[in-house]
Amino acid sequence: MPIGDILPEIAVLLTAVVVLLTAAFTPQRTHGLCAGLALAGLAVAGWLVTRQTGADRLTFHGVWALDDASRWGRLMILAATAAVIPLCPRWFATDRRHGELYAVLLFSALGAMGLAAAADLLQVVICVLLSSVTGYTLAAWHRDWAPSVEAGMKYFLVGALANVLLVLGVALLVGLLGDPGFPAMAAALAAPGVGSPLLLTGAALAVVGLAFKLGAVPAHTWMPDVAEGAPAPMAAFLTVVPKIGAAVALARLVSLVPPDALALRPVVAAVSVATMTVGNLGALGQDDVRRLLGWSSVSQSGYALMAVTVVGLTDAALPALMLFLAAYAVANLTAFAVVVHLRGLTDRAAWAGLATERPWTAIAFVVAVLSLVGIPPLAGFFGKLTLFLAALDGAYVWLAVAAVANTVVSLAYYLRVVAPMVFAAPPQAPRATLGRLTAATVAAGLLLTVGLGLAAEAGFAAAEGMTLLPVQGSSR
Amino acid sequence: MSLTLAILVPLLGALALALLRLPETAARWLAVAVSAVPLALLLPVWAGFDTGSGAPAFQAVSEVPWVPSLGVAWRVGVDGISLSLALMSALLFIAAIAWPADVQGRARQYYAWFLFLQGVSLGLFLVLDLLLFYVFFDLSLVGMYFLIGRWGHGDAQAAALKFFVYTLAGSLALLLAILGLVLAHAPLTFDMRTLIAAQPLAGTTLYGGLVLLGFAVGFGIKTPLFPFHTWLPPAHVDAPGPASAILAGVLLKMGTYGLVRLPLSMMAETFARWALVLAIVAVVSILWGSLVAFGQRNMKRRIAYTSVNHMGYAVLGIAVAGALTGTAAAEARQLALTGAVVEMIAHGLITGALFLIAGSFWQRAQDYDLKSYGGLAGIAPRLTAATIVASFASLGLPGLAGFVAEFQIFAGTFAVYPWLAAVGLLGILITAALFLTLVQDLFFGPLPERHRRRFPDLDARETAVLGVLLVLVVGIGVYPRWLLDLVDAGTAAVIAGAP
Repeated sequence: MPIGDILPEIAVLLTAVVVLLTAAFTPQRTHGLCAGLALAGLAVAGWLVTRQTGADRLTFHGVWALDDASRWGRLMILAATAAVIPLCPRWFATDRRHGELYAVLLFSALGAMGLAAAADLLQVVICVLLSSVTGYTLAAWHRDWAPSVEAGMKYFLVGALANVLLVLGVALLVGLLGDPGFPAMAAALAAPGVGSPLLLTGAALAVVGLAFKLGAVPAHTWMPDVAEGAPAPMAAFLTVVPKIGAAVALARLVSLVPPDALALRPVVAAVSVATMTVGNLGALGQDDVRRLLGWSSVSQSGYALMAVTVVGLTDAALPALMLFLAAYAVANLTAFAVVVHLRGLTDRAAWAGLATERPWTAIAFVVAVLSLVGIPPLAGFFGKLTLFLAALDGAYVWLAVAAVANTVVSLAYYLRVVAPMVFAAPPQAPRATLGRLTAATVAAGLLLTVGLGLAAEAGFAAAEGMTLLPVQGSSR
Repeated sequence: MSLTLAILVPLLGALALALLRLPETAARWLAVAVSAVPLALLLPVWAGFDTGSGAPAFQAVSEVPWVPSLGVAWRVGVDGISLSLALMSALLFIAAIAWPADVQGRARQYYAWFLFLQGVSLGLFLVLDLLLFYVFFDLSLVGMYFLIGRWGHGDAQAAALKFFVYTLAGSLALLLAILGLVLAHAPLTFDMRTLIAAQPLAGTTLYGGLVLLGFAVGFGIKTPLFPFHTWLPPAHVDAPGPASAILAGVLLKMGTYGLVRLPLSMMAETFARWALVLAIVAVVSILWGSLVAFGQRNMKRRIAYTSVNHMGYAVLGIAVAGALTGTAAAEARQLALTGAVVEMIAHGLITGALFLIAGSFWQRAQDYDLKSYGGLAGIAPRLTAATIVASFASLGLPGLAGFVAEFQIFAGTFAVYPWLAAVGLLGILITAALFLTLVQDLFFGPLPERHRRRFPDLDARETAVLGVLLVLVVGIGVYPRWLLDLVDAGTAAVIAGAP
């Protein structure tokens, strides 16, 4: 067995076990140590991913892809998880199961990593399940607080249904194509006359199953509840990390389908438009900042699906997906970091005058949401720019137009939060914060949101000619 | 180099104001000093600008790579059109920043946003890269949003939101059009000079038409053209006076300048096919803007609607300039384009001055209603004189800047679309009526009791600022040659550059 090919995952797994044991055998007040352990493990795993530079290949009998998409996806997942960890120690300081949290977090990240590397339908299913089961736990972590439990419950119920649909779709695909492995599926799909309504149904069901992890229509309903009810640091994690894994897995699945063999891309395009529209409409009237960020996260999934739609139609699709996801992850994590830093302050009215009271925190939040809108020269602008370029290049002009219309709508609800922050007077009593660690995370997020935009060239250069096995192989 | 500095110095000044804890007076003086730097940098560029017939179209060019894989670079350079607009903007920003404003206890933020806006506005006129153009186009919205929302009055936040959302819709339409244009050219580049030379959409009908539609909507909202003008009145009325001056004087020009620089220069063939439609929309804007302005009792709303009218003249000139390709009626078309550019400059100075004047009315009486004033000529002679000069210039009185512009536009239009010119002239008539009644309502007739006791005339600072703007208005009107030489160099290149 080529164990070396999954060393990063082994590192995450072992770290999770060590964290679990540490949490079990040390007193609760020292559980902050587990955060340090988890960060160290993530750093090691990240270093190991960057060491996997050899030729692109499928290993473990073709179920595990080692290509650019897999490397980018897993690195982003590790980085996003590492960004969430500094938000946790003070938030969970009095939680009895503080240490265990990091173990569950690592297991969940492991599931997402597996999705990013999956080149086999059964592995997709297993990784969705691993990522989901841990996700339910994280969402309902505050089990004494009704909204948290409700969020977990809703996440679980939607997830149970979506997972069943995913398995159903996988069963149809395997039955019709004869093999769960992506290379064999790609070969079968390339044969003439393979398309059939049943096959399209199977593929569409698989898309719905992965849409659940993305927080995309029709399985998006958990996202706002989780964003509102889950512990705020976990909301940051759950709106970002599973999304990255699922987006890569879905792009890989779509890449198997030749454009004229099966009308899968129009299905994804429809999901994309529905997702961005529903997400934006849901966010419009929100007075709860966390819930608003949850809805915005839904709409951002819709934008990401634009790139998935044109995978295989244009070379620009995959780089666009990765750059957009990176920009989204940074901006969304920054926005949630601000929420955590303000001790979960979530009522829009309670943010009044923040710009006067804590200018830097306010600036970080404003920059983060402007990046989510796509205002230049922030990171999000280049993410959206490449998405539009890819969509136009892939001849999905109407999709780009729909995204533009949605972007305009999204500005309105982001500004509904920004306006009281900047224009209103602050309350008499100053607002409490969660301390230096979260402040540092907010600062790092602010720097990255601006810096990634100014240094966009590095991202473009690195993402050029990105590979996605088994279809878009290396030309090097 | 000096162009780059003209963009960066105000931006750095904004950063310094945001970070340093200066007292109000120091912040003010720092802002005025920094805002004067770009003009000081641009005047030597003007002095060194070669307007000879063999000179290159774009001068003072410099280029630094930014995102080479997309063909994006920091490219700056000017032709006669962009340099004259940049000079006007740089001057108007000094005027707006030096204008005594009610900063509501937040001087640093107020001046920082103004300097930020100055940097991005100059950036828009000075860059030669489409992506940077878009970046500055978008950033100008952010700066104006915060200025209106924080320092405006009335329902300022709603006005700011409407302004931001509406104009962002326009800028995204613009983005799609830019991408559509850029994707038609291989290799991928955002270099304006390359795209002007390549005319990438020549020979396409539907595709080219769609891209042009994107540009028309994007710039039409910004300009604003009928029927996309509805964001303008609330934004103007609720904004603080100096911000209104910048909004009308500089930000609206971004739309018309964009029309010249992008669709007219880069897709002349498609533009010519649709020029008549654009010209008709422009004439509708001229008439609609003047008629609606005439119906307003609120002085700021009235001035705001005259912007729709005046920018209609500018767009008419641009449409005429692009109506035909090749050498057909080239002289008339260049005349119209020169007129359009001079209209942009004249409107910037005149309407900038008018909005600053409206701001001083608000500071004195918190009221924009024309009917609540009267007879001020007796107690505020300087204010009266300034307003009358600006109003007469705005209605196109010969000897003032507006006349030079409108004369050239209509002279050019008569050669290409005679009947449209005839209809458009009605707009000038209505404008004359509305400004005369404005002057009459404000300064003549009985003086209302509440102003009798206390209505101070313009103070020294206000007089100085308005004096500079209005001297230029008169200067352009009496002896326009010094400006026309510069503008003609740019418009000749645009007309000759079309295939």
